Amino acid sequence: MAYGHNLAVCDVTAEIPAGAVVGLIGPNGSGKSTLLKAVAGSLPLAEGSIRFGARGMRELAGRVAYVPQREEVNWEFPVTALDVVTMGRYRALGWGRWPGRRERELAEGALAALGLGGLGYRHISQFSGGQQQRVFLARAVVQEPELVLLDEPFTGVDVQNRAVFHEQIRRFAAEGVTVLVATHDLEEVRSTMSHVLLLNRSMVAFGPTAETFTPANLRAAFGGQVAVFEGTAAGKGPG
Amino acid sequence: MNWLTEPLQYGFMQRAMLEVLVIGALCGLVGCFVVLRGLAFIGDALAHAVFPGVVLSYLAGQSIMVGAFGFGTLTALGIGLLARSRRVSEDTAIGVIFAAFFALGVVILSRQGGFRRDLGSLLFGNILGVSMTDVVVTAIIAGAVTLIVLVLLKEFTLVAFDPVMARTLGYPVFWLDLLLLMLVAATIVVSLQTVGNILVLALVVTPPATARLLTDRLLRMLGLSMVLAAGAGVAGLYVSYHLGTAAGATIVLVATGMFLVALGFAPHHGVVTGWLHHRRGVHHVHHYHPPGEEHHGQKASVR
Repeated sequence: MAYGHNLAVCDVTAEIPAGAVVGLIGPNGSGKSTLLKAVAGSLPLAEGSIRFGARGMRELAGRVAYVPQREEVNWEFPVTALDVVTMGRYRALGWGRWPGRRERELAEGALAALGLGGLGYRHISQFSGGQQQRVFLARAVVQEPELVLLDEPFTGVDVQNRAVFHEQIRRFAAEGVTVLVATHDLEEVRSTMSHVLLLNRSMVAFGPTAETFTPANLRAAFGGQVAVFEGTAAGKGPG
Repeated sequence: MNWLTEPLQYGFMQRAMLEVLVIGALCGLVGCFVVLRGLAFIGDALAHAVFPGVVLSYLAGQSIMVGAFGFGTLTALGIGLLARSRRVSEDTAIGVIFAAFFALGVVILSRQGGFRRDLGSLLFGNILGVSMTDVVVTAIIAGAVTLIVLVLLKEFTLVAFDPVMARTLGYPVFWLDLLLLMLVAATIVVSLQTVGNILVLALVVTPPATARLLTDRLLRMLGLSMVLAAGAGVAGLYVSYHLGTAAGATIVLVATGMFLVALGFAPHHGVVTGWLHHRRGVHHVHHYHPPGEEHHGQKASVR
């Protein structure tokens, strides 16, 4: 997988079962975001392939939902929360058709289910950080995805918003939707995710959390930047 | 004779008014995507890079649109392809190319007699010289561009707001970007006659920027931007007629004036309105917290 002229991430081989919730962890600059963008189809692969069951990722277009990092969104863009959520239906709508009442109702329903009922007509800059994340989560929901990619969804998000996220992630998993979460919050991964993929420019380890989230693997991925205390871990990237 | 009707008794002013209405609406619409997609620099590059085409068709006695369209399409393609390769820094390459093309146009023109007069009218536009054919051609191209933008409004909006998601959904982002560049090139080319190479970008960028200050909704921004640009065109023509100033430059200054007023007094984003709002917040603090204004109240009470 190449980004610019350097291989940003290489040698990632993982078979992820459907309905798994995978925590993607590694130090800053380890390629978590790059890996997610490659899976999303937004960055080209230098080598190898990503397959979803028997299908290639191209055939999956529209069923992959991507929730960007908050810093990557242009919050001054003239769209309301409802406009953003409706974007999740664009692919299903097809070319040349403008969203109508059905799309608006779906979007309003998804916002309401995530605790933002009646706020759809607000401009996206008029929400708190956690609420903004929920707007994008609602967009993922209306896409009726088979694969959901979340890039650092817990950064700067309070406990209440975290709970909303976890509830939705559980709902996805229960419906057989696979979820990939890039995060630097190790405790979050240990306590809430079924699988873990440790990354540091290349894959360090992958497997069910219970077997893979081990002090040895964490040390291998984070080097000296992580302190491991008897099975509980706290880690921090550089800077 | 009235201030408003007097200029309209002349055929050249009638044609100029029509032309400026069409150009204004077109620039206002396409300009929104230039602003939202962050293409202002690329737009400026396009406007300069078509200059040799303008010069060549002028010297051949053709409509300047012919050559400008050729060079506009070439440049849009070139920029699109440059953006795809990661070999050179995109804006550096664009900077090099557009300056070179522009210089090429000036050099070609300087081989002719009457160089300074021609250079003036080509660089700054000559709206008072448009023919009825020019107006009709402009209207047809403007209609085609508008139609494409409206049909692909949803896709252009998505690509401008969230290109990663657009790719995830399988949209051909590269081709949509290239098409948008072509539409920007067409817009710039048909507007050259009005304001010229140097000032055309102001007509594409300033009205959408003004509209964005006045509203948070995309569709309203598009409509408002079209009205503002056309309005600036008409008002600028009147002012230039009565004051005897250069038409293109006067239009640009009227558009800039509108922007400055919006910057000061826009309901949410205005500098002056924001300040007044804040001051009022200080008074409110003792009585009640209006819903949604707690923020201002709290800030004020800390002081």
